[in-house]
Amino acid sequence: MIIVGELINASRKPVAAPLEAGDREAVARLARDQIAAGADYVDVNAGLFEDREAELLCWLVEVVQAAVQAPCSLDSPNPEAIEAALSVHRGTPMINSISLEKDRWELLLPLLRGTGARVVALCMSDEGMPRTCDQRLAIAERLVEGLTGAGIPLENIYLDPLVQPVSTNTACGLELLEAVEGIMKRWPGVHTLCGMSNISFGLPGRKRINETFLVMAVSRGLDGAILDPLDRRTAAALATAEMLAGRDDFCARYLEAFRAGLLADR
Amino acid sequence: MAINDIYQAVLRFDKSGMAGLVQVELDAGTDIASLLNEGLIAALDEVGDRFSRGELFIPEMLQAAQAAQQGLDILKPLLTETNSRSAGTVVIGTVKGDLHDIGKSLVKMMLKGAGFQVVDLGVDVPLERFVRAVEENRADIIALSALLTTTMPAMGEAVAAFRGNGSRVKVMVGGAPVTEAFAERIGADGYAGDASQAVSLARSLMAG
Repeated sequence: MIIVGELINASRKPVAAPLEAGDREAVARLARDQIAAGADYVDVNAGLFEDREAELLCWLVEVVQAAVQAPCSLDSPNPEAIEAALSVHRGTPMINSISLEKDRWELLLPLLRGTGARVVALCMSDEGMPRTCDQRLAIAERLVEGLTGAGIPLENIYLDPLVQPVSTNTACGLELLEAVEGIMKRWPGVHTLCGMSNISFGLPGRKRINETFLVMAVSRGLDGAILDPLDRRTAAALATAEMLAGRDDFCARYLEAFRAGLLADR
Repeated sequence: MAINDIYQAVLRFDKSGMAGLVQVELDAGTDIASLLNEGLIAALDEVGDRFSRGELFIPEMLQAAQAAQQGLDILKPLLTETNSRSAGTVVIGTVKGDLHDIGKSLVKMMLKGAGFQVVDLGVDVPLERFVRAVEENRADIIALSALLTTTMPAMGEAVAAFRGNGSRVKVMVGGAPVTEAFAERIGADGYAGDASQAVSLARSLMAG
């Protein structure tokens, strides 16, 4: 399972203030904490600052990589910001994200060639947001063809089937789960990666919904998530779900989580 | 209190019973405008208030709106110039480059429930289409949605365009990354944080 730590996002208050003030330590601490909690990538997002996004994204990459030995997930739909951040990033980043939307596809794809970067590909096209499993698979097919055609290996592609709120349509959860399973079966080697929190929009008890949905998606084959790695309950649920899904040899990571005190009831 | 039956039916999301209840009132000669305003619209206002207070949630708001719609479908053809005045005309859409429609559709639903005429242009709407729709429909209000920080600037461009062409249309904005401060900065007439606030805002823009 690939975990992308989501906390360094300018639309969050604890990040916006340090970003504006140039407070390196606050950002560095968020990076260290997330990596210590098991994140594989540190997501960096400066989208709130429309006109200075490229400059601030570069600053975030630089501060994070000075603090931790880990790659970043460069989180922007804006090709200029991605290009700038790629030029300062050390090692192999994740690009979050490309989609089939024409402008985004045409401007981002050339930047990805030859970088070896992992790519998050949103199951979204100019025809709009997919609703059903079949619509997601149809877009996924074009994404996989286009990306592998550009020389990006299947193993570096993380398809995001786009979680939508179950409050607005009760079928949203199931359609997403079916899509995860469909994608993982159809293209062995490709990955799926989602942010879960959209599922619970408009409902009370959001954390419980997000966590339960994550477990359900892991059982269907989801092998990547962007989330808050510092949330102990999520981490415990994830360790348990991966073990039960047969992805934790000899239950080693589950037992590790147990010994780290992660599974204890508070 | 017969109109109260209609009001209560909306609050208990009675989609299947609504048509029958409305018909009973019509047969009894109850005033159509009262059925609409004190029955359906007042009930949806209450639903909106409860939603804002965190007592009701989106799936319940959807059901209430569907129940009210059953009643509206019967009353609409009977409304005449004299017994109904539209609350106002709103052109709504998600700005160019942005394909999100869930929040926008919730706002549309609640505005319709509140008696507004709503022209929904969909998602990824270029500025020219907004401008044309406002003219063609003589809209009072334009409601812009954006869910991406990258598409928010289109809202500022829209405000500038409407101010520039002398249009008197009021501009309201909303969507996850949009804030009151942003709305002020671009010179919009108002910001709404959810579908219920959007109704209150639209009413106050009509009154102002």
